[in-house]
Amino acid sequence: MSCTDKKARLAERQEQWQGMVDKALSRFPERKENFSTTSGIEMKRLFGPADVDAVDYNEDVGFPGEFPFTRGVQPTMYRARFWTMRQYAGFGSAKQTNERYRYLLGQGQTGLSVAFDLPTQIGYDSDMELADGEVGKVGVAIDSLADMEILFDQIALDKVSTSMTINAPAAVLLAMYIAVAEKQGVSSDKLRGTIQNDVLKEYFARGTYIFPPQPSMKIITDIFSYCKDNLPNWNTISISGYHIREAGSSAVQEVAFTLADGLAYVDAAVKTGLDVDDFAKRLSFFFNVHNNFLEEVAKFRAARRLWARLMKERFGAKKASSMMMRFHTQTAGCSLTAQQPDNNVVRVTMQALAAVLGGTNSLHTNSRDEALCLPTEDSVRIALRTQQIIAHESGVADTIDPLAGSYMVESMTSEIEEKALEYINKIDDLGGVVKAIEAGFMQQEIGDSAYAYQKSVETADQVIVGVNKFTIEEAPPENLLRIKQEMEIEQRKSLAAVKAGRDANAVDDSLKALREVAESGDNLLPAIVSAVKTYATLGEVCGILREVFGEYIES
Amino acid sequence: MDKKIKVLIAKPGLDGHDRGAKVVSRALRDAGMEVIYTGIRQTPEQIVATAVQEDVDSIGMSCLSGAHNKLFPKVVNLLKEKGAGDVLVFGGGIIPDEDIPGLKESGITEIFLPGASTEDTIEFIRNNVKQGV
Repeated sequence: MSCTDKKARLAERQEQWQGMVDKALSRFPERKENFSTTSGIEMKRLFGPADVDAVDYNEDVGFPGEFPFTRGVQPTMYRARFWTMRQYAGFGSAKQTNERYRYLLGQGQTGLSVAFDLPTQIGYDSDMELADGEVGKVGVAIDSLADMEILFDQIALDKVSTSMTINAPAAVLLAMYIAVAEKQGVSSDKLRGTIQNDVLKEYFARGTYIFPPQPSMKIITDIFSYCKDNLPNWNTISISGYHIREAGSSAVQEVAFTLADGLAYVDAAVKTGLDVDDFAKRLSFFFNVHNNFLEEVAKFRAARRLWARLMKERFGAKKASSMMMRFHTQTAGCSLTAQQPDNNVVRVTMQALAAVLGGTNSLHTNSRDEALCLPTEDSVRIALRTQQIIAHESGVADTIDPLAGSYMVESMTSEIEEKALEYINKIDDLGGVVKAIEAGFMQQEIGDSAYAYQKSVETADQVIVGVNKFTIEEAPPENLLRIKQEMEIEQRKSLAAVKAGRDANAVDDSLKALREVAESGDNLLPAIVSAVKTYATLGEVCGILREVFGEYIES
Repeated sequence: MDKKIKVLIAKPGLDGHDRGAKVVSRALRDAGMEVIYTGIRQTPEQIVATAVQEDVDSIGMSCLSGAHNKLFPKVVNLLKEKGAGDVLVFGGGIIPDEDIPGLKESGITEIFLPGASTEDTIEFIRNNVKQGV
């Protein structure tokens, strides 16, 4: 049968089937008039060959480890090595968190991920007034190198890779990490890990900004440049869509705004004179994985393809590693319910499976109790076991990108890529990400999606099991993890002891030197590393930078 | 005709999670109320100053960082100091059940937990705001 004959036969059969559908619809109407994804992409009743007519396998899909990386960034993917199982953790004091890390490593976790408390994330010490009530709450409190030494006690930094969710003060925490490693006898070229260091999304989705955009971009490019020479195995940034999604965006917006941020960083670095192929391979990404399973799988594939194309087309990247999007994924915190919290184990399982089928390079699975409190040890273990079961028992890791070639998934991949690019072009038209933030563009877009979602939940158009359907009377949950108020007092005491025990002159000199560097415009990193080694505190270092660079005020 | 109910939605502390605060602000506006949203990272002092200056009927605070036990009661106490103790105060966020009695005792009239509908919040405000008394 010729190709034309086949097409004609297909069209004929499609028409016959449509007749069956119409008959069925007249007797059994469908559950909804329109089925669509979070991004408003139509979920057709049936996807078929016609939906992937425009997809060219060689150009658009290709092979794993090859441009445009739709099928994954490594040639053998999980057949060689599973994704890194990396649970985000941190609470209370450095000592408490160190115990949790050693527990998780003992349970088979393969990488660390540090959650810092809010004062640390915003560059305040625990003894500052604005830190009141927040110390050790959403993460571990780190005031000085002394805390960092305890945090990584008995953890060999040449053996483990560590991700740190730190943005505005990323340079300071990285400097402390370098200093701890040095004390362990580990040189900085051996260090593996990631700092989030993605300040742009803080302005419109996460909120832990300190400095205005311009000096923030300067600090970020200083880090790129310093790491290129001193920490060749360090991921200098984790460009994050996770928080954009948590703030309420759709899947398409998540991809679009994250990649737009990424383009802004690359652009800024190139403008400082760095060669794109010298730093781009150390850029990494971080995505959310939400409930709509197939849309999420397609989202990851689309993000990889679009980034590869943009790096090639816009920046003339030549090395494959500069175009290859490597990313971490976390299951959607905002999808967890406080009601019937054990159901969250099931949600997390499906989300994690979507991330794996989407080819994630590392993964955090949320714990069932996180809509209520910080996760208990039992809950964290189940979350980690969820990944281990997917890896070792489900079989999905044994072949690469198994959903490729699905009419639906390929069609959705193309559509997400196309719609995300439209947003990126729109942001370009607005003058770039910083201008778009100032105009409130992303904020408005995300806010609209969040509100629409809330409405759909309240009308039960979107069913949330246990919340707006299948509800039960429940007793209040028990055995929740609480951070005691005394922790804050203890942390302040130990900070006072550090301040009393250090060489005050050395601290003053190092801070003075830092101020001079900040004013001169030279790379900040060497001066920050010197300062933290004298036990100058995070608040002191950030204080100098606040004085020189000013602070960002949300408009 | 009744004057519009005026509500201040506030984010005390360092927590940047403002999805809920923004969604509630919008829902209250759609329900015909006048809403001022403070933005993130407000101190209790700033929140109370805005509330007094804008002469609001109610303050709704959102906190997902666990600092609610410190920050919510501080706002209520400052309101009393400023002679604005009649402002209806409510809160929401990741708040353990066991903290709710203490918060209510300190003068927070209601706490909304994850999964609460905006309809509940609207109804609560309409039923509890003391207007023009």
